[in-house]
Amino acid sequence: MKIIIEIIYLVSSILFIFGIKQLSSPKTARNGNFLSSLGMFIAIVVTLFDQHVMTYEYILIGLIIGSGIGLLFAYKTPMTGMPQMVGLLNGFGGGASMLVALSEFYKMKNFDAFSHELSTDVSVVLSILIGAVTFTGSLIAFGKLQGIVSGKVIKYPLQNTINVILLIAVVIGGAYFAIYNPTLDWVILSIGAVALILGVLLVLPIGGADMPVAISLLNSYSGIAGSMTGFVLKNNELIIAGALVGASGIILTMIMCKGMNRSLMNVVLGGWESAGSITIPSAETSSKGTVKSVDPEELAMIFDSASNIIIVPGYGMAVAQAQHAVRDLVNLLESKGKNVRFAIHPVAGRMPGHMNVLLAEAQVSYEKMYAMEDINDDFNNTDIAFIIGANDVVNPAARHDKNSPIYGMPILNVDYAKTVVINKRSMNAGYAGIDNELFFYPNTLMYFGDSKEAVNKLTHELKNV
Amino acid sequence: MEIYGFMMMIYVFVLAIFIGFELIAKVPPTLHTPLMSGSNAISGITIVGAIISAGLQDFTISTILGLIAVIFATINVVGGFLVTDRMLKMFKKK
Repeated sequence: MKIIIEIIYLVSSILFIFGIKQLSSPKTARNGNFLSSLGMFIAIVVTLFDQHVMTYEYILIGLIIGSGIGLLFAYKTPMTGMPQMVGLLNGFGGGASMLVALSEFYKMKNFDAFSHELSTDVSVVLSILIGAVTFTGSLIAFGKLQGIVSGKVIKYPLQNTINVILLIAVVIGGAYFAIYNPTLDWVILSIGAVALILGVLLVLPIGGADMPVAISLLNSYSGIAGSMTGFVLKNNELIIAGALVGASGIILTMIMCKGMNRSLMNVVLGGWESAGSITIPSAETSSKGTVKSVDPEELAMIFDSASNIIIVPGYGMAVAQAQHAVRDLVNLLESKGKNVRFAIHPVAGRMPGHMNVLLAEAQVSYEKMYAMEDINDDFNNTDIAFIIGANDVVNPAARHDKNSPIYGMPILNVDYAKTVVINKRSMNAGYAGIDNELFFYPNTLMYFGDSKEAVNKLTHELKNV
Repeated sequence: MEIYGFMMMIYVFVLAIFIGFELIAKVPPTLHTPLMSGSNAISGITIVGAIISAGLQDFTISTILGLIAVIFATINVVGGFLVTDRMLKMFKKK
């Protein structure tokens, strides 16, 4: 029986690999996800036949409760709530790894206390540490994205000192546990408790705009925690699946950091906090030039005479749930024979690919969504760059102003378009609290209002042109 | 023997990370959110360990921890795969 179980685990691992491979194209992605879930299903079924599994009632209770909650989460979450949902689910994965390692510790302590292997004890510590950090870190990320916890950069005194001390404490405790006395439950429980606190403290300082990095990183942690649990259980499938997820999280984290031109350390330590220019005196603002605002009728005429249009969506579109309104506008513009495309900055929104999911929900074809590097040279030949709820990712200061906190960040070259139309609720600075000189450019028109209403009004006027 | 077994696991871990890098580097930005939630669901594989813990013959603290772990991991797996499918369903070409 054991050999059959091992072979099924191998098949399941291969299904995961094919599943992820098929995610590389929108055409095969859904099938890929099915293959992964099939891999998971056979792994679960075959585990029920493991020689250690003697009773089934607790397993069944757990599976039923978990499935119920999972189903509820999966179908009750609106697409705009995806970032926090992914964060939350991620947390449960990390929490599960932590609990499995802890359970394994008690099993070893109670049943085979004298056959300890150093590698297993180290894995138990790492599994609990990473799993616990993932668990509470993800819950805080969820809270921030859901608005339960403040999405601002939260600073507390001696922030980094405290984190370093806690981490050192965990390492010393872990080393003591693994090398000298791997049966002391108060040590392992203390490590777990400190790691839970560490998860909170690490994510708390990270601001809302940096969430794409935090979510990617936590995703990676949950995978690595799974791998570590695999080392504890000596199960290759857990090691493989966890490593795949760990790698995916690391890649996404690197892409996000590159998209902001910031190091991982800078994000994790809660950067941009020194960008104290949130309130700029109006006198200073006016000295930069005048802001031209535009009303829907006028804007409809400008759109009517344009032929190449690029739309730049940002978090503001998600907040206003304007994706369907935008779709209607695009359909109308296309029926008038205009070329409309979307330019999506890597860190637009609150998680990697956030804007793409919202637009897909509104039935915008994925072929119209362009990544920054694929469309940035086209702004020169564009009549209108229409920015909906984005700010920092189009701030030209990133190109030339060495004093700007976002200096060096790759941006969308919207200012090269003939006309730049910016939809915003007000003149407030963007998330980073940085003034955007683009608002004062001679080719910029400000179109104030809630994204959904503003876009609907524009569509309405455009119908009458 | 013990060190040999452990090294084999390290090999598996390292090679799987390389496979992960190769596979995921090819995923286009459009699919980054489904990639994240889908891989997230895969990290719920820890459910295998949770099931073994919850199914131990003697009812101990290990069983209780195992039960909670099964609940957590199942939420992760079921929620993760379904939410990913819900998203991928929407990605269409017109």
